Amino acid sequence: MSLDDLVLGVLLLPLAAALIAGLGRNLVGRTGAHVLTILAVALAFLASALILRRVLADPRPHVFTFYTWMMSGGARFAVGAWIDRLSALMMVVVTFVSLAVHVYTIGYMHDDPGYARFFSYLSLFTFAMLLLVVANNLLELFAGWEGVGLVSYLLIGFWFERPSASRAAVKAFLLNRVGDLAFLLGMAVLFAAVHTLSFRAIFAAAPVLGRTPILGGSGGMTVATAAALLLFVGASAKSAQIPLHAWLPDSMEGPTPISALIHAATMVTAGIYLVARLSPLYVQSATALSVVLLIGALTAFFMGLLGIVATDIKRVIAYSTISQLGYMCAGLGAGAFAAGIFHLVTHAFFKALLFLGAGSVILAMHHEQDMRKMGGLRRFMPVTYITFLVGSFALVAFPGFSGFFSKDAIIDAVGRSPVAGASLAHLLLLGGVFVTALYTFRMVFLVFHGEPRMDEHTRAHLHESPLVVTLPLVALAIPALAAGWVMFRPLLGGSFFAGVFGRLPHGHPLGFVSRNPHLTPLAFVAGAFSEPSFWLMIAGIATAWYGYLYRPAFPARAAAAFHGLYRLFVQKYYVDVFYEVICARAGWLVGRGLSTGGDRLLIDGGLVNGSARLVGAMARRLRPVQNGRLYRYAFVMIAALVAVLGYALLT
Amino acid sequence: MTPWLSLLIVLPLLGGLVLLVVPDRSPAFRRGWALAVSLLVFVLNLAALAHFRDGTSAMQFVESAPWIPALHARYHLGVDGISFPFILLTTLSTVLVVLAGWRVIERQQAAYFAAFLIMEGLMIGVFAALDALLFYLFWEAMLIPMFLIIGIWGGPRRIYATIKFFLYTFLGSVLMLLAILDLAHKTGSFDILAFQRAPLGWGTQIFVFLAFFAAFAVKVPMWPVHTWLPDAHVEAPTGGSVILAAILLKMGAYGFLRFSLPIAPDASRYLAFPMIVLSLIAIVYIAFVALVQDDMKKLVAYSSIAHMGFVTLGFFILFFLFLHPDVAHMGVEGGIFQMISHGFVSGALFLCVGVLYDRLHTREIARYGGVARVMPWFAFFFVLFAMANVALPGTSGFVGEFQVILASWQASHWWGLLAATSLVTGAAYTLWMIRRVVFNPVVHEDVAKLSDLTPREFLVLAPLAVLVLLFGLWPEPILHMMHASVVHLVAQAMRRKLPA
Repeated sequence: MSLDDLVLGVLLLPLAAALIAGLGRNLVGRTGAHVLTILAVALAFLASALILRRVLADPRPHVFTFYTWMMSGGARFAVGAWIDRLSALMMVVVTFVSLAVHVYTIGYMHDDPGYARFFSYLSLFTFAMLLLVVANNLLELFAGWEGVGLVSYLLIGFWFERPSASRAAVKAFLLNRVGDLAFLLGMAVLFAAVHTLSFRAIFAAAPVLGRTPILGGSGGMTVATAAALLLFVGASAKSAQIPLHAWLPDSMEGPTPISALIHAATMVTAGIYLVARLSPLYVQSATALSVVLLIGALTAFFMGLLGIVATDIKRVIAYSTISQLGYMCAGLGAGAFAAGIFHLVTHAFFKALLFLGAGSVILAMHHEQDMRKMGGLRRFMPVTYITFLVGSFALVAFPGFSGFFSKDAIIDAVGRSPVAGASLAHLLLLGGVFVTALYTFRMVFLVFHGEPRMDEHTRAHLHESPLVVTLPLVALAIPALAAGWVMFRPLLGGSFFAGVFGRLPHGHPLGFVSRNPHLTPLAFVAGAFSEPSFWLMIAGIATAWYGYLYRPAFPARAAAAFHGLYRLFVQKYYVDVFYEVICARAGWLVGRGLSTGGDRLLIDGGLVNGSARLVGAMARRLRPVQNGRLYRYAFVMIAALVAVLGYALLT
Repeated sequence: MTPWLSLLIVLPLLGGLVLLVVPDRSPAFRRGWALAVSLLVFVLNLAALAHFRDGTSAMQFVESAPWIPALHARYHLGVDGISFPFILLTTLSTVLVVLAGWRVIERQQAAYFAAFLIMEGLMIGVFAALDALLFYLFWEAMLIPMFLIIGIWGGPRRIYATIKFFLYTFLGSVLMLLAILDLAHKTGSFDILAFQRAPLGWGTQIFVFLAFFAAFAVKVPMWPVHTWLPDAHVEAPTGGSVILAAILLKMGAYGFLRFSLPIAPDASRYLAFPMIVLSLIAIVYIAFVALVQDDMKKLVAYSSIAHMGFVTLGFFILFFLFLHPDVAHMGVEGGIFQMISHGFVSGALFLCVGVLYDRLHTREIARYGGVARVMPWFAFFFVLFAMANVALPGTSGFVGEFQVILASWQASHWWGLLAATSLVTGAAYTLWMIRRVVFNPVVHEDVAKLSDLTPREFLVLAPLAVLVLLFGLWPEPILHMMHASVVHLVAQAMRRKLPA
């Protein structure tokens, strides 16, 4: 099969399955829905793997056009594909995680009345994400981008009868829309400068855009900076970076497997993918890179802190996701695009694993998510425990686990980066290592260790989850453990991503690998023990052990001692208050004011009824309208009209 | 040569009159007849489409005959790539509206269906007329059936709404008539194309522009002459709202394209900035007003005003894009595409509200909640059209807004930014309504007993859903149809007309 047929297959199979499972769910039934969607995603995964094999043999980007969406403004807007190693790698990751989630959903959603609808959403989500990944121009990418936003809205609001779920769905959509607004303006900036939105043209023009001031004349912001910053606002909403992160913790209202899919492999990494995809543009703007770097580092540290006080197991993982996305962003901002994408891939595996593990725990706990009511679960759920532990070690970047390779590569690159603000970012990321270890092992200890704290009934029924749940856990645990060893050299050594990413004008933050051609994964692991990040991680785990196993009274005392800080964390820095109370309320009040003051009083009251006497006089004359005879009169008028027209036609 | 346009105008008019005079008053006959006529007209229109040629700005299907020789008024019809899509929209909407009124209308059925058929003929006349007097005749006559539809089959405050509707539109139209007479006096005929060619002085242009503006701005409607629309919609029966939103509102914007821009280009350029300001106010201000509405129809009506703001914005930015004619085309095409898409989407949203209203006889948002539980198919359509309303890519609602935002950014960054705020505000009011109506738990007992779409209702909504997706995924056919005419129009509007 030719490459473009394969790409079309990858795109259309999940779409077709989603449509059939969703619209024809009464025809295909429950089994039909999951068989069809799983088959489609499995085939898409196989095709993606084939595509990756092809681009491994031939690294040049393969660019196709499927059809012309529109011709306008002197440009052609097309739907097509840009297949290189970056997009092919993303396709494999997306379809792999999606496949695992599909299988897992059979068990998790077994008793849900919306079973077929759920599978339909999952497949639709996969389609939209794949469209985003394969796009060969910004508009097509934006279509997939908004598509995943739509399905995420539907998935978060899946249990739509819960007011909290429908509320979170709208919140997620609106915060993402703020980002999309910036994205759209970013496209407008590029379209005004390049007269097309195709990647090829944008990449070719990037060096010029880096020198062209946006407002004409000389000095001021360049086109590249304006476009890169606007697009990054879009990326930061999608990838939940400060200050547009607030939708993500609330998105936990959806059923767990989605949380995994949304968070791990797909929606939230879209922003990372966007920046990496457009790296030739980003390297033209030192300002934009600095912003990406600092926002990422700030997010990595401060959002991690919130994971320490959260009590809902899914929320802890959600804050962890935001924090890890911060690491990826920081990697991109440092100019180490390969390291950022590397972390995206490893994180996809281990975070999906953690989410599905948490889902397994929640199933066993009869949908209890509060970690304070768990404890000691390792005895009842050995498979879940072991796999969860693997995911946790990967998350805290314990040497040898997949997350270690990618995260330490980012920290190392930020430390060496020539981008302004890199030293501050480096400190924040190192602090984040301690924080990550603390909240992760706090979770592990609270859930799986210590005394069981659930009620008798739940405890009596504790058991390991069924095979459809544990199998995806094991399947994800393998790459969470091993992916780093396999991918370390090709991804960071420069051979895999040769030619994909833009290069910084001065220095290359990932030079440490290419300068040491003999740096093996083993040597990298061995070197880790002398790095500060290793000891910070150990300190984090030790603190968690002290606070949650050895001296369980300690956290409460600490919270009391630092009351103000604790409150700030519990209130999530008051960001939700800002959006929900201030922004939403203000919008509503403005609407009230304009509706009553503007439309009703000023326009209707002043403009319209100000000439009330005139209106009144006319109304009196029009009053016969009410007696019902007028309509006959009116139709006579129309009949006359037809007669006149007919006369004109005949003569 | 087949007189396509005359057929399209006369058939529904005759069909409507037959309905009024034929003694057989059984409901089955009336509906069947109305459906048969509207379907016939639609099929005829599709046949005409097969003969329509893209890629030329020349008038097609032209018919011309003397009408009132003493006044040099002619029976002159013709369409180009700008007007023809709206005739298609009209004939399609009429079929759907007849279906939508199938069982719902209990009083004076014959008159109801007749009113819509007559309306159809007159609306097609508006889009096809190339003689200004003929245009004016259709334009005014069209008000009568609409007036009756609201006044007879409307809600409790229908009289207030009809009077408001009538006064607003009538006052505007009178001024337009003056302008038409003035132009006829200057050019010696009522030929619109001659008006467009005639060199006109500064004073005349300003007068003509303002007079036409009075008629068209009310129809669009533009802020601040928009307050008749929510009232009219709330009181109108579902079918009336659909026609009002899908077709009638488009006539104001169409008027700008056919009259204001090509006839008075210098005045248009001079007044373009205030026009843009009014458009932006509609986009920004009205979105906030829509947010606080308690009545679903009012909310959709306000949403219409905001969406029409994109149309006028797309048109008038052309005067700030002299250096980039391609981009100016994009703005105008975006405006026209937005008109067509809004015809599908707002029509569909009003039909959706009608589906709920027929069941519970209330449009109050708070009286619903959890509708998705009991009406899954309805929820599917309602959410789909809501997504089109918030301009999601892949739906037709995205295309026009995207073009207009891209084009207005090049005219002024501020305009682009202000227009783009609709991405957020539009989503806020639309999705908040969806949340309170479709999602959330079922709290009202009568909502728990609601039944899902009937096959007939499904049949009404499904074609619109298909069109919204089809032209969202592939807008090129419509854009291709209008492109040559838009290029011609923009050239007319950019040219200076003042006598040297």
